[in-house]
Amino acid sequence: MPEPTLFDISKANRRGVRYPEPDVPEADFPQDFLREELPLPEISEHEVIRHFTNISQYNHGVDIGFYPLGSCTMKYNPKVNEDVARLPGFAFIHPLQPPETVQGALGLMYELQEWLGEISGFTDVGLQPAAGAHGELTGVLIIRAYHRDRGDEKRTKMLIPDSAHGTNPATSAMSGMEVVELPSDERGNVDLEALESECDDTLAGIMITNPNTLGLFDENIVEACQLVHEAGGLVYGDGANMNALLGTCKPAQTGIDVMHFNLHKTFSTPHGGGGPGSGPVGVVPELADFLPSPVVIRAEKGDEKNAPFYDFHVPEKTIGRVKAFHGHFGMFVRAFTYMISLGKEGLRDVAESAVLNANYLRALIKDSYNIPYDRMCMHEFVVQGEWEDAPDIQALDVSKRMMDFGIHPPTNYFPLIVHEALMIEPTETETKETLDEVAQVMNKIAKEAREEPETLKTAPHQTPFGRLDEVKAAKDLILNTSLPEDYGED
Amino acid sequence: MKTPSDLLYTKNDEWVRVKDNVAVIGITDYAQDQLSDVVFVEIVAFEDDELDQGETCAIVESVKAAADVYMPVSGKIIDINETLVDSPELVNEDPFGDAWLVKLELTDPGELDDLMDAEAYKNMERDDH
Repeated sequence: MPEPTLFDISKANRRGVRYPEPDVPEADFPQDFLREELPLPEISEHEVIRHFTNISQYNHGVDIGFYPLGSCTMKYNPKVNEDVARLPGFAFIHPLQPPETVQGALGLMYELQEWLGEISGFTDVGLQPAAGAHGELTGVLIIRAYHRDRGDEKRTKMLIPDSAHGTNPATSAMSGMEVVELPSDERGNVDLEALESECDDTLAGIMITNPNTLGLFDENIVEACQLVHEAGGLVYGDGANMNALLGTCKPAQTGIDVMHFNLHKTFSTPHGGGGPGSGPVGVVPELADFLPSPVVIRAEKGDEKNAPFYDFHVPEKTIGRVKAFHGHFGMFVRAFTYMISLGKEGLRDVAESAVLNANYLRALIKDSYNIPYDRMCMHEFVVQGEWEDAPDIQALDVSKRMMDFGIHPPTNYFPLIVHEALMIEPTETETKETLDEVAQVMNKIAKEAREEPETLKTAPHQTPFGRLDEVKAAKDLILNTSLPEDYGED
Repeated sequence: MKTPSDLLYTKNDEWVRVKDNVAVIGITDYAQDQLSDVVFVEIVAFEDDELDQGETCAIVESVKAAADVYMPVSGKIIDINETLVDSPELVNEDPFGDAWLVKLELTDPGELDDLMDAEAYKNMERDDH
């Protein structure tokens, strides 16, 4: 039975909190501001707790079960990150405090910039962007500013492979660029011939994701970057899939000029459900002056007797501020904690285990699912949820059926270049036992698709709610503001 | 999959119905089937706009994906199908009829030669992925 809303269980005059007698003189609240009709539920404390605990249990998260949502890197977030983020010195400071009173926080931001730079090969890093797509926007604005600064205003063409995240073309369009889509070659790499034919003096750059959204390391990455550079363009790297590269490949050394990190994917800060992301941007020296302002610098190095002094710095040709204050600081603390607890060997293990897990699972299910571009994958892979002898079954049906086994569905219908795509990213978090079990479930579902398609078409059967009407949800929007009829008059 | 023989087709799965100097365009049965349930249609062209071949004239969004619809040929828009705003499901129900998207006056009839007939469209090679 669905959980009633708080309004449904509301009873007049029921209370959750009893206020003590006021110890200051009572004052009259201006009558104009009092509203009789404000519809707030009246409930007791334990009803509220039960309500939210109940609905939280309808949910699925990485703390509950397997969560192979491809491209999202739903890895386990170690709880020590939460402990550190709640230390009063981090949790209760204010972004407007003078730098000399928050040296610990600034030191952490400085070290995080340095470490992200070390991992990726970029010399300078800005932490402000609030999420991956925001990092992309920041990066493309930096590319635009770079060309304009040289007086080269005609460079407005941005090349984007057809396997890219949808945020790439959206970002370019928002920045006033003309988007040109590049095909992938038969191995899933950027098609170099198509790329070369677009290399002219209007080229602003290319947005490239490596490993790409097929989970494949782009074998043409170095040549692609060279071609773009020779034509005077810059290379933007979408760092969404950095989890596969930690400690094994520095994107800057492959020719990328500017790249965002997803702290919330690669460095285990919690995400999903819209929680705060964090999308720092790393750049090569030529672009350092364009970073969003401010960045954190170590103004005084310090010595045996004196602590170093950290301060804010405004880059000379900065594109300006892209986020209020200094970005999502709580995420910096969590990512920093994750990095320092793993160390450089540990981070390399993360990437290697993520790649091993993905290849292991791929090998276990490849006889039951068609795998386009069937070659060694990186941290994720794409299979097709369709079979010739199961004409009614779509990827969506496979996903819904997976929920019956306590597994979050993979990413559906992305990348767009694969029909009925199911994009699976197990992450390094999972054990061999879990992967074996998931493979068994997926192989069973592939068999059911042929033998009892109805079981898939009507799935899920074991969840608190069955198949939801996605068409109705997308089409018939009901907005309820509950505002009184005369709200806003006079 | 239906492929009416009196229409012309593009490799991006648009269809064109030409009468004299006027063309009506929409997306094919194959396209609507691939998209699955269409939940939103936005026609981004306005009446009297002159659009070139290949420019985006509409966006069709389903529960799976959003797809741009490109002008199969250049032309001046003379009518747009406003009923699709409230009834996007027509794209699934009647892709070659009620779900026409825009009507245009051809500005370069020679471009019709770039399009495929039904037989060629049916036999067009598709990437299997």
